[in-house]
Amino acid sequence: MSSAEETGDVVQGFRRVRRGGVTARFDQTQAGIIRALVSQVAELVGEPGEAAAPGDPGRPGGPGGPAGPHGGPGPADEGNPLADLADLLDGSAPEGPPADPALARLLPDAYRDDTEAAGEFRRFTEQELRSGKVAAARTVLATLPEAGGKVELSAEDAQVWLRALNDVRLTLGIRLSITEDFAERVADLDPADPRSAYLWIYDWLTFLQETLVRALW
Amino acid sequence: MSVAPAEVERPVAAEEVVPDTPWVTIVWNDPVNLMSYVTYVFQQVFGYSRRKAEKLMLDVHHKGKAVVSSGTRESMERDVAVLHGYGLWATVSHDK
Repeated sequence: MSSAEETGDVVQGFRRVRRGGVTARFDQTQAGIIRALVSQVAELVGEPGEAAAPGDPGRPGGPGGPAGPHGGPGPADEGNPLADLADLLDGSAPEGPPADPALARLLPDAYRDDTEAAGEFRRFTEQELRSGKVAAARTVLATLPEAGGKVELSAEDAQVWLRALNDVRLTLGIRLSITEDFAERVADLDPADPRSAYLWIYDWLTFLQETLVRALW
Repeated sequence: MSVAPAEVERPVAAEEVVPDTPWVTIVWNDPVNLMSYVTYVFQQVFGYSRRKAEKLMLDVHHKGKAVVSSGTRESMERDVAVLHGYGLWATVSHDK
């Protein structure tokens, strides 16, 4: 784990307002960085089928759930156990952890030494986990104007931001091979190093998330 | 070739009904999640006091992992699913 340094200059981060909400101010560059990164996380965790149907909450009942007899015509796939079966047969239902290490970190195994149980858990829960992360990214995009400015979040949206920012940091953390001695690495980094901009962004997001936790506490 | 499986009377798994051999949820340390965030998530998800949540967070940080909840396998799987939603690295384990 890591802890954020209080820097307090330029960026103020989040602060609490009445009724449990929070507020922060972003300039256009900052808003652009956050929007680009949450979009990339959404793209990473979103399944190809999902992009075609934005806002689709997923199959009701989930895999193996009760389908219920349809009175009339409805969307072909909805709650259809045959669709789940088809997924299983053609191998599109998740079995093992994703090959991409960042995706594997966002969608981790639920069992350490039992691949069968881990696969089973994944089959029944991974789609919902993916949908939740995509929805969180969409909430950030919907509440953070491209031009930046003052952002006011309800307590509920602030919770969603917290998770979305964390997903971005987890993804960057894997891509940048972040370790617990991160602070020393940043201090020693050559400004000419191409990773330095990303490490600076990671550091800033860490600060931002820390201020959001403290504003919600 | 294969044959259809015969209907087998499945024994009730003993470990799932005996309360004193519980399953547990373990949270593992990682270099990204903030100490404050992990504490906050423990409070939110489990309703733990700040003091208890902080102690568990420090266990994760210093010992590499901590048992954060225990109970039936089903409830541990629910806890793990929620913690994954928050980006914590959590697993289910049988407490032997």
